[in-house]
Order: sequence, then structure tokens, then C-alpha cells
Amino acid sequence: MDDGVHSEAGIPLAVSYGPADLPPTESLPPPGEFPFTRGNFRDGYRGRVWTIRQYSGFGTPEESNKRYRYLLAQGGTGLSVALDLPTQCGYDSDHHDVEEEVGRVGVALDTLADAEILFDAIPLDAISTSFTINGTAAILLAFYVAVGEKQGVERAKLRGTIQNDILKEYVSRGTWIWPPRPSLRLIADTIEFCAEEVPRFNAISVAGAHFRDAGANAAQEMAFTLMDGITYCDEVMARGRMTIDEFAPQVSFFFYTHGDFFEEIAKYRAGRRRWARIVRERYGAKDDRSCMFRVGCVAGGASLYAPQAQNNVVRVAYEALASVLGGVQSMFTAAWDEPFALPSEDSATLALRTQQVLAYETGVARVADPLGGSYYVEALTNEMEARVVEIMDDLERRGGMVQAVEEGYLQRLISEEAFRVQQAITSGERAIVGVNRFETDDDPPEVEGYEMDEQGRIRQLERLAEVKRSRSSSEVRATLTALGAAAARDDDNLMPRLVDCAKAYCTVGEMVDVLKGKWGEFQQPAVF
Amino acid sequence: MPGPARVLVAKPGLDGHDRGAKLVARALRDAGFEVIYTGIRQRPEAIASVALQEGVQIVGLSILSGAHLALTRKTADALRAVGADDVLLVVGGTVPQRDVARLKAAGAAAVYPTGTPLEVLLDSMRALSETDHLHS
Repeated sequence: MDDGVHSEAGIPLAVSYGPADLPPTESLPPPGEFPFTRGNFRDGYRGRVWTIRQYSGFGTPEESNKRYRYLLAQGGTGLSVALDLPTQCGYDSDHHDVEEEVGRVGVALDTLADAEILFDAIPLDAISTSFTINGTAAILLAFYVAVGEKQGVERAKLRGTIQNDILKEYVSRGTWIWPPRPSLRLIADTIEFCAEEVPRFNAISVAGAHFRDAGANAAQEMAFTLMDGITYCDEVMARGRMTIDEFAPQVSFFFYTHGDFFEEIAKYRAGRRRWARIVRERYGAKDDRSCMFRVGCVAGGASLYAPQAQNNVVRVAYEALASVLGGVQSMFTAAWDEPFALPSEDSATLALRTQQVLAYETGVARVADPLGGSYYVEALTNEMEARVVEIMDDLERRGGMVQAVEEGYLQRLISEEAFRVQQAITSGERAIVGVNRFETDDDPPEVEGYEMDEQGRIRQLERLAEVKRSRSSSEVRATLTALGAAAARDDDNLMPRLVDCAKAYCTVGEMVDVLKGKWGEFQQPAVF
Repeated sequence: MPGPARVLVAKPGLDGHDRGAKLVARALRDAGFEVIYTGIRQRPEAIASVALQEGVQIVGLSILSGAHLALTRKTADALRAVGADDVLLVVGGTVPQRDVARLKAAGAAAVYPTGTPLEVLLDSMRALSETDHLHS
């Protein structure tokens, strides 16, 4: 049976599949019906294609605002804000240790004044905004709510997502600040706050993407992500203040789509089914909308390679197709020059066009779940779900995600898989065109990239100094003190305090430091 | 007879992407090097002080955030400041071609941009560690 042909996650593959591989008809209801294997919506993408959401942001708020307006003018339908590392890790632009990082991998936001510029002339009641932000997610949410207020947009109309998934930061992305326990409390605060105050905003985007990019395979990516989702829902449920149906519709998910075409499709279908069952069976959800697995994804990342880099355009297009056949709700397609630098305007535009051709020319959006009932896809979906459950059971037995993270167990699993893949590429077992097949010795391309100019950093520092001079220092003191007092109590939601701090023009670093004073900092296990 | 070459694999700055750093650390260990990994988000001063304490011959920086020039300069300065001038510095990560020469000018003995085959990196590291033995 097993003649050595496997999917990338190690699922053995038959030569062909047939009727015996299909699940019983009653377990495959149409798209839009529980457990949503065939998609969240009856109409699929008909009438409304997925959200085309290109990750972007760099330099100063002025520069990023200009790029956002450009992307929206070119037909982008949502914003995806990239923040610089100091903002993500809770340091202000004037912190002495971070000068070379200001505005580099994303835009620098120090205070509400920066957020006001970032969203200038962008109507927050008409577009949705996704923030790739974790450690400081609650603070960025406070900024967004406050900018909305300044624009006259009520909270109920704000749409978007904060990533706000700290567990995977400890494992694979690294923008942690506080230890897991208080971080989970703050996340639960944001989930409750959004459910009550900002009902169209997703309080969390549980992200497998970074496990994947760090080396996890597709089954691990899905399993780790669902386990994280359970951890966050458990945290909110344990407070006893909300039912699952009050907040689950605002929990979303985020993944990488890599190169194994059918496995990726099966991953999304299996994930939707598994999550739907978890929400209904574990938490007793009564509303089917709570059970929906709303997914954003990235095509690109570690599946892109530097040699013959323009091949990445082709890789991204196939990955985008797999994502759509898998039924995702939003997508970012990466630019081909990503292995070298931040994308140029040209390469970023080509990445956007890749999605537009897919959405409007190929016809794939016309029919919901076009692969439903395919012998192979259904069999692979079942097999993928079984693998995911197996991995989740292992983690449950080991005491759950927080423990697996603190002990470095998850980190080890991912490093092992990354090493295995690297060996498979080195040996040629896994073919990568231009890397271990059909190689050429071309010079690396001359990539324009984006160069943060020193003037930008200086302008950012000047504005921060100006904000500090002009704000009311008594308000700053009062709101920060109230934040610290609330943090010391377990039953006080910190979000209203953070909104007060934001409106008083407290800096990200000031708010983070108050909480560090109460909660301490995370200590990483360094395993390889 | 000198023992195996000692290498410190380090992640300076705030960039948390350490798939490459860990892969390289492991490949170096499998190739017979003694490898220490700092973990992510290390200050250049901390990296220099670990390099000194551990008596390493080579410090390998992994930087994917684009801040490679500044962080390489800072680490080279920090190594000099603790008197570890003889420690070789190498740099890997998301480095555009135009920055390779600039990194060398900033004190890097070798640069391994994304896409460098592991074998090429290992051969280069072996050659560097042997050169270093001749000096000492």
C-alpha cells in the first residue's frame, strides 16, 4: 500500500482514489452548513470574493498612509498593517536599544498622534483593517477605537482584526513581552471588550502561520493553532461572564499556504470541520456562526526561495489558488522579492494583481467548494483531520499549550520538522526548482527594495518629542496610574483603561512599562 | 591539537525569526563545531560578553529584519570593547546583494545571504576556523 509517496506532511498517498474513499453523503452537507467542511457560506465567493488584503507598512505613518491609499485606489479591499519591531515589542522609537529597528519592517507607532496620521483620509467605517500585532495588540486596538472616535465613527461600525495571539509568539515569532499567564488575561480582556463594544471587530486571529514559517508541517500548523484557539476560549469561558456564542463569532484564524497544493486545500477543509465540532461539543455553542472557522492566509513566506527568485511569482499564484479552493476569507499574496528585502511598489502591485486575476479571470469564484466530493480531496481531508486530532491529543496529554510552550516542547517539534525539511531539500528528496533542480548560476537579482531614510526616523523622533511636550502630563500620569491599578486586580477589564491612556497620548512604551512593573517579562528557553 | 572550533550563533535586535539560526546551529553542531545559541532579541553588548566568556572563535549573527548593517557594526564595536578583537564575525539572513560588501566593510569576515546552500556555509566556516587556528 505505502509505496513511499507522501504528502509534505507525511500522509501516504494512493495512486488514485475512488468512491470507497468518500465519506457518507450525510457527513458532507452543502457549503454553509455545520460542520462547514465545504465552506462557511452557501454562496461561496459568488457575490463577494475573498478580501484582498496586502500586508504593508514601513517607515513613518505618513509614508504608510500614502501606500495604503495607493493600495485601496488599486482595488485592495482591506488594509493589513505591518508594525515595526519596536512597536510590536513595546518600545518607543526613542528607546536607545532600538534605533536601527525604527520603521524598518513596518510602520512606527508611538502614540495616538501617529495612528491619526496613519489612517488620515481612510474611512474606518468603510474598510476593514487587520493588524499583525500581538504583545501590544490591546494597545493598538485602543488606538484604533480612539482614531475612530476622532473620525466620528462609532465603535459598532469598526471592522478588522488584531492578531493578538501571544502563544505562538513564545514559540516562533518572538514579539513577546510579559509571561503567558498575564498575557492570556489581557487577551481575554480584549475578547470581552470587542464582544461588548466593538462587535464587528475580530479580537483575535489565532495564527498558525508562524508555526508554519518556523518549520511546522501543515498538520502541525493546524493542530497547534486549534490548540491555541482552545486555550484562548477556555480562558474567556473560565471567567464565567460570557457564553461561547457571545464571543466566538469574533475569533478568527490565520495560516500560511505553502506549496503542496491538495494538502493545503485539505488542511483548510479539515480545520473548518474540526473547529466547528470543538466549539459545539466542548463549549456547547448553540449558534452556528460561533462554529465558523474564519480564515485569513498568506501565500508565500518560507515557501519562497532566493535562487531564480522570479519563480516565486508562480509559487504564490498556485498557493493562492489552493487557498481559494480551500475556502479562505482573506488573503495576502507575498511579493517575489520577499527573500531579499521589503517589496518594492512594482513587486507589491504584481502580488496584488495575482489575486485579482484569480478572482476575476479564472472563474474559480463562481461555484462554492468546487472540489467537494472529489475522491482524493475528501480522503485527504479526512486523513488530515485524523493527523490533526492525533497531534492535539498529544498536546492535551502533556498538559496543554501553555505548558508545552514553557517547557520548549513545541519549539523542539518545530525545529525537528524544519531540520527534516532542510535535509530533504539538501538531499534532493524534496524538489525545489532553481534550488536543487534545474539550477543556474545566475547572480542574485538587483532588488530595489525599500530603504528607510534616516530623515524618516528623525521625523518620527521629532513628532514623539512634540507629542510629549504638548500633552497634558497630569492626564498621562492619571491614566497610567489607573492602568497599573487595574492590572493589579484580576477582575478589571484593562481595555477601557488603555483607551483612556491612548486618548491622553501615552506612548506604547509607557503603557507596556506600567504592565511590566506588575507582570514582569517572559524568559525564553533557547533550544535548537 | 586544537579542539573543535567554538561558534556562537546569535540573534541581535528584535527580529524573532530564528528558523535559519537554529538550522545553521544544528548543521554546525553536526559538522563537529561546538555551538552555543543565544536565543532571540539579544543586545550586541550581551552577545560580545557571551562570546568572551565562552571563548568562541566565530560569532554568527542571523538578521532578517533589514537592520543588518547597524547591528553588525554594533556587534563588531561591542566585541572590540570587551577586547575580543580576534573573534571572527559572520552574518546571515535577508541581506540584499548590494549590502554584502558593506557588511564586510563593517567587520564581517563572511556573509551568507538567504539562499546560501548549507554546504557552502559549512565549508566557509571550516575555512575560517582553520585560518583562525593558524593565528593562535
